[in-house]
Amino acid sequence: MVGTYSSAQIADWLVSGRNLFLTIHVFGVACFVYIVARRLVPLVRAQRDPRFDQPLARLGRVLKFWLGQWKHPRYNFAGILHILIFAGFILLAARAFTVLIVGVSETFVMPGLSGKSGHIYNIVTDYAATIVFLCMVVAAIRRLVFKPSRYAVPAKYGKGHTADAVFLLGLIALLMVADSLFAASDAAGHAQRGQPAETLAVLSLPWLLQVVTGSMPMATLWILNVTAYLVHEVTFYFLLCYRPFGIQFHVETSLFSIYFSKLERGTLKPVRWGVPDEHLDQVKSFGVKKFEDFTWKHMLDFYSCADCGRCADNCPANAAGRPLSPRFITIKARDYAFQHYPVLGRADNSNPLIGTIYSDDEIWSCTTCGACEEECPLLVEYIDKIVDLRRGMIDDGNVPQSLQKPLKALESRGNPYGKLEKKKADWVKSPELRQTGPVKVLDGKNGADTLYFVDSITSYDDRMQSIGRSTARILSHVGEDFGILGAAEKDSGHEVRRFGEETLFLALRDHNTDAIKASGVQRIVTADPHAYNALKHDYKDVPPVEHISQVIAREVKAGNIEFSPVENEANVYAYHDPCYLGRHNQIYDDPRDVLDAIPGLKRVEMKRSRDRSFCCGGGGLMLFYEPKEEQRMGVLRVRMAADAGANVIVTACPFCMVNIEDAIKVAGMEGKMSAIDLTELVDQHLVREGCIRAVCTGEEKLQTATCGG
Amino acid sequence: MEILVCARRVPDTSENEIEINAAGNDIERDELVYSMNEPDNYAVEEALQIRDRVGGNVTVVTVGGEDDEEILRRELAMGANRAVLISDDVFSGSDGRGIAAVLAAFVRQGHYDLILTGVQAEEGAAQVGGMLAALLDYPFASLVNSIVVEDGKLRVSREIESGNREINEIELPCVLSIQTGINEPRYVGMRGIRQVASLPIPTLGASDVGVDQAAVGGKAARAKRVDYFIPALSKGALILHRSREENAAQVLELVAAKGGLK
Amino acid sequence: MARIFAYIVHRGGAADDSAAELLAAARNIDSTVSPIAIVVGWGADLDAACDSLRASYSEIWKIANEALAYPNAELVRQALVSVLLPNSILLVPHDHFGIDLSPGLSIKLNSAFAPDVVGIDGVEGDFLKIVRQEFGGQVSAHVRCDISSGTVINIRPGAFKPGPSASGSGVVVDKSSAVGALEARRHYVETIVAEAGDVDITKHNVLVSIGRGIQEKENVTLAEELAEVLGAAVSCSRPVVDAKWMEKSRQVGSSGKTVKPKVYLAFGISGAFQHLAGIKGNPFLIAINKNPKAPIFQVADVGIVDDVLEFLPMLTDKVREMRGTSAK
Repeated sequence: MVGTYSSAQIADWLVSGRNLFLTIHVFGVACFVYIVARRLVPLVRAQRDPRFDQPLARLGRVLKFWLGQWKHPRYNFAGILHILIFAGFILLAARAFTVLIVGVSETFVMPGLSGKSGHIYNIVTDYAATIVFLCMVVAAIRRLVFKPSRYAVPAKYGKGHTADAVFLLGLIALLMVADSLFAASDAAGHAQRGQPAETLAVLSLPWLLQVVTGSMPMATLWILNVTAYLVHEVTFYFLLCYRPFGIQFHVETSLFSIYFSKLERGTLKPVRWGVPDEHLDQVKSFGVKKFEDFTWKHMLDFYSCADCGRCADNCPANAAGRPLSPRFITIKARDYAFQHYPVLGRADNSNPLIGTIYSDDEIWSCTTCGACEEECPLLVEYIDKIVDLRRGMIDDGNVPQSLQKPLKALESRGNPYGKLEKKKADWVKSPELRQTGPVKVLDGKNGADTLYFVDSITSYDDRMQSIGRSTARILSHVGEDFGILGAAEKDSGHEVRRFGEETLFLALRDHNTDAIKASGVQRIVTADPHAYNALKHDYKDVPPVEHISQVIAREVKAGNIEFSPVENEANVYAYHDPCYLGRHNQIYDDPRDVLDAIPGLKRVEMKRSRDRSFCCGGGGLMLFYEPKEEQRMGVLRVRMAADAGANVIVTACPFCMVNIEDAIKVAGMEGKMSAIDLTELVDQHLVREGCIRAVCTGEEKLQTATCGG
Repeated sequence: MEILVCARRVPDTSENEIEINAAGNDIERDELVYSMNEPDNYAVEEALQIRDRVGGNVTVVTVGGEDDEEILRRELAMGANRAVLISDDVFSGSDGRGIAAVLAAFVRQGHYDLILTGVQAEEGAAQVGGMLAALLDYPFASLVNSIVVEDGKLRVSREIESGNREINEIELPCVLSIQTGINEPRYVGMRGIRQVASLPIPTLGASDVGVDQAAVGGKAARAKRVDYFIPALSKGALILHRSREENAAQVLELVAAKGGLK
Repeated sequence: MARIFAYIVHRGGAADDSAAELLAAARNIDSTVSPIAIVVGWGADLDAACDSLRASYSEIWKIANEALAYPNAELVRQALVSVLLPNSILLVPHDHFGIDLSPGLSIKLNSAFAPDVVGIDGVEGDFLKIVRQEFGGQVSAHVRCDISSGTVINIRPGAFKPGPSASGSGVVVDKSSAVGALEARRHYVETIVAEAGDVDITKHNVLVSIGRGIQEKENVTLAEELAEVLGAAVSCSRPVVDAKWMEKSRQVGSSGKTVKPKVYLAFGISGAFQHLAGIKGNPFLIAINKNPKAPIFQVADVGIVDDVLEFLPMLTDKVREMRGTSAK
C-alpha cells in the first residue's frame, strides 16, 4: 500500500501525492457533477411525465431488468458478455471506491469489508477484474473482427461507432489493469519487505502481475504502484466524465431509465400529462415539434441508449428497407441534445425536429408493433415518442396525401373507407349466418349480454367479413347472447390515435363509448386485436373486453367445444402472433391451445414467434400509407413461414390477414402457402349438433343426414 | 399580394352514394356528407403558399347559405386570413353565370391581385372562373397546375393533353382555375377547426355586394336543370359469351360508346 | 333557327376527331342544316386543316391571323366575338381548350353556356334540350338551355358518334379580315412535352389497368400497346407495383391513386376492395379475368372470362383495324 511509505517519502517524487490525488478527486467529481448538471438542463425544461407512482412495482422492475439483466440473454453471446461485465462492475464498485479513497486516507477500509470479509471480497474482485478484462478483449475482438451486423452504421447516419466503442473498451481494460497492477505491486512490495501482503486470487490478473513483478526492485515496485494508482484514478475519473458524452452514459442512467420505465403495455401517453381530454383545446401545440416538447423521461431514454442495435435488428420496418431505424431515432436525438445543450456553452433550441434530424417518412414508417421496446435492455420507449412526433406533424398540417383521404373519411363517415354508416351491418345479412349464427343488432329494441365489436375492416371488407361471420357463428355455437352495434359503431380509432390524430380519436372514442353504454352490454368480445387493445387501454368506462381466441380457448378447456379432425393431415400450420394480441397484450397461448385442440393439426413455430413475432406490415391507417421500402414486411413473414416448413399461416387479426394474403401473391407463393384466420379455422372444425362432419361454411354444404347448417 | 379564392361546398362523391330523390328533381340529400370542393381546396393551398412566399392576404369567399360556413371555417383553419359568405334569397336558382355575376360584384368592391377557383365542382361545368374573368375583363387561364410569381405577372402552366404543359405568362390582376395535384394541401382536422371556431365570418347580401338583381336568380338563369335520371345500366357485369374476336369487337364498341376513344 | 357553328381543333394541318363529333352533335340540334366550321390559325397548317374539312362540312370559315398561330384561348375568344353571327349556336369540344375558351366567350357573346354536354334531345321553341352528367357521372340530368340570345355548347369528346364519312365539297370562306388587332394580357410561351414515364393516370379518361393476371413483367407491353392505340394510359393494381413491373405512380387503389376515368378496362385484376376504392365516378368498367368468380365481376359493367394474355392482343388488333392503322 502506498500508505506504507510516509507522505514525506513520497514528496521525493511528487509535490505531495496525497494532495495530488485529492486534487484529482475534487476536480474529477466537480467535473462530473457539472457535466451531469448540464445534461439535466433539457430535462428540467422538458414536459412533465409522472413516473413516481407505484415505487414497489418500479423497484421490482429494477431488480428484474437492471440487476437481473433480464433482457440481455435474448442475444446469447452479447448477453452473457454483458452480464459478466455488469456483475463485475457491481462487485468491483466497493473495491474501486476503496482504492480511490486510500490515496487520500491511507488507512481507509470500506465498512463491512474489514478483516476476513475484506479478504474474501478481494479474492472475488480479483477474479471479477480479470473477467471484466477478458470480456473487454473479447468484446473488442468481436467489434473489430466479427462485426455483428446490428452495430453497423448505415452511411446516411454518419461514421461508424466502432472506434469509439473500442476506445471505451480499452479504457475499461486499462482500468482493470491499473487496479490489478496496483494490487499486485502493493502485495509484491509488502511481500519483499516481509510484511503481511494481500493474498491475490490464483490465476487472476493481479496474481499474474504479481508473478511478473514480484522480484522487481522496491523502487520499481513503488514507481509501478504509484503509476498504477494514478492511472487508475485518472482513468476512473476520465471515464466518469467521458461517459456522459456517449453511449456509456447508460452506466449511470440505466438505473433511472429502468426505474422510471412505463409500467403498462399497450397504452399511449396523453397529449399532455395533467391535461384531461376535455381541456385539450387549451393546449396550444400538440405533439413533439421541438426537442423540449419531449418529456424528461424521453430525454433520459436518449441518454440511456447503449447503441446495441437490438431494436433496429428486430424492427420490421427496418428489415423491409423503410427509412426507419429505432436505434437512430434515439441516437440522433441524443446527438441533438449534446449539440444543442452543450456542456460548455449556451443551450440553443429552436429548431423543429422534423425536417432536420427526422424525416417525415421515417416517422410515418413505424407500425407501432413494439418489437423495439420488447428488445431494449434499457427499456427505452419508442411508441410514445413516435406518436408524439406524429401529433406534432398533424398539428402542423403535415400529413401525407394518402393518409388525408382515410382521415377525412373517418371524420365524416366513421370509417377509413368512406362507406356509408347504414351499410356497416350489411354483412350480417349473409345467408350463411341465418341458421348457425344469426346476429342481433343492438339498436335499443334488442339487448344482449355481450357486444361483438366488429370494427371497420371486418364490417366493410368483402374478404374480412368472413372473419365476422365465423366469429358470429362461434359465439352462437357456445351459446353467447351477443349483438353488434351496427351503424352506431364507428371505427375504434386505435390506429387514428397511433397516427397522431388525437382529436379525431377522441371523437370516435366518445361516440363509441356512448353507444356501448347505451346498449347495456356487460362485456365485449372482438376478433380484431386493434379494437381489443383500444377497448382495453384507450377507452375508459367500458365493460371488460376479450379477444375471441380467449373465449374459444376457455370454451375448449371447459369441454364446450369439440373439434372435428383437421381436413388435410398433410397441411402444416404456423401461427403468426399479431402484434396487438401477442406482444402488446401477451396473449400467446390461447390461440395456440385452440389450434392444438384440433385433432391431427400439425403446428410449427416460426423462428420469430411470441414476443419476437415479426409484424405483418401494420393495420388500420398503415394500409393506406405508401412507404418507401424494398420489401414488404408481409413477404418477409410469409417466407419465414415457409422456412419453418409450414404451408398454412394462421392469423388472428384481419389486418394480418390482408397483409399476409397480399404477400403470398406478391411472393409468388400462391398454391404453396395459404392463410386462414383462427376464427375461420375454428368455424370450419366445430362439431355442431346433428352434424356428423361439420364443415359447414355455407359455401359448400356437405351431404350429411342431419346437418343443420 | 391580395388573393381571393372562390370556393364551394359540395357533396363528397367519394363518401356518398348519389341517389335520385323520389320526385326526380334533385339527389337524395338527407344522408350526404359535404366537404370542400377538392379543386377549390387545392386553390386555397396554392393561395396560402403564394402568400407565404410573397406576402399578402388570402380571402376565401363562397356564395351559398349558412350551411356553407363550415367550409369557410375549414379554410380559415387551413390558414386563410379572411372568409366571407355571400348569401341572399334572390340568388336561389342562379346558374353559373348568375354566381359569376355575384362574385364579380364582390370583387369590384375590393382590390384583389389574383383570383383563384378550382377548375370545376360536382356539376362538372368548369365555368364560373372563366365567366368571372370575362365579367371583370381580367385575363384568364384554366387547368393551372403551377404558378410562379414574377414582377406584376405570373408564369403559369396549364395542363393539356397527354400530360403536356402549356406555359403562359399572364398579367395581374387575373383569374385562374386550379387543377388538382398542383400542390399537396396541408391537413386540417377537427382540432384546427375548433381553434378558429370563434373567428367571425361576415355574411353579405345582394345589396351589400351591389350585384344587379336582374342578373341573378332563377329568372335570370339561362340553363336550368329539369330533372335527374339514371341512364339504363345493368347491375352486375354483363358477361360476354361469344368468341374471343367477337368479344373484343364488342368491347371496342362499348369503349367508344362511353367516350373512351380519343 | 340560329346558325350553328362548330369550332374545329386542329394540329399539324389535320382536324381533330372532335370535328366529326361536333358535326354529329349539330345534327341533333337541327338535322336539316349543316353547321359552319370555324377554324382559326395561321399559315399552311391552317389551310390544310380547312381543306381536310371540305368533305364533311359544307361551309368552312377560315380565320388566319398570325397571333393565332398557337391557339391562345384569350385571343381566339376575341376573334370569335368579331366573327360569329349574333345569337349563334357554337359547338366546342369540352377539352382543355374548350374549358379555357367557352365560359368567358359565352359572357362576351351574351349567350347561354352548356358545358360538358353528353346528349342533345333537340330544340323546343327558344330552348335547347340537352343531357349532362353530374357528381362524377353518377347521375345524368336533363337541362333546358335558353338559346334566344345564342349559346355556346361544350361537347364531351366521344359522346357523339361521328356519322358516316361524307364526301361533300365544302366551301372555305376567308373571314380573316373581320378580325381586328388581337391583344391579350396572357401570352403563350411554350409547351413542355411530358417525359416518357411522366404519365399521370388520374388525368386519363380511359385506363388499361393490369393486375397479377399479367403474370410477368414482359407481358406489360401487351397492355402498353393497347393503351397506345386507344390513347389511354396503363395503370395497375398493387401487386404489379410490388412485383416492380410498373412504377408506383401507376397504381390505382386505396394506397395508390384515385382515378375517375370514363372507361376502365381491368385485365387480370381480381377486384379486391383496396383496388376498387381507387376507382371513382362510376366509370364503365370492363373486366377480363380468367377466374369467373373474381370479385371484379360483381362491380364490372361488362365481363369476359378469358385469358388476358390472349385477349389483350386481340383487342389491340381490333382497335387498329378500326383506326385503319396496320398492326405493327
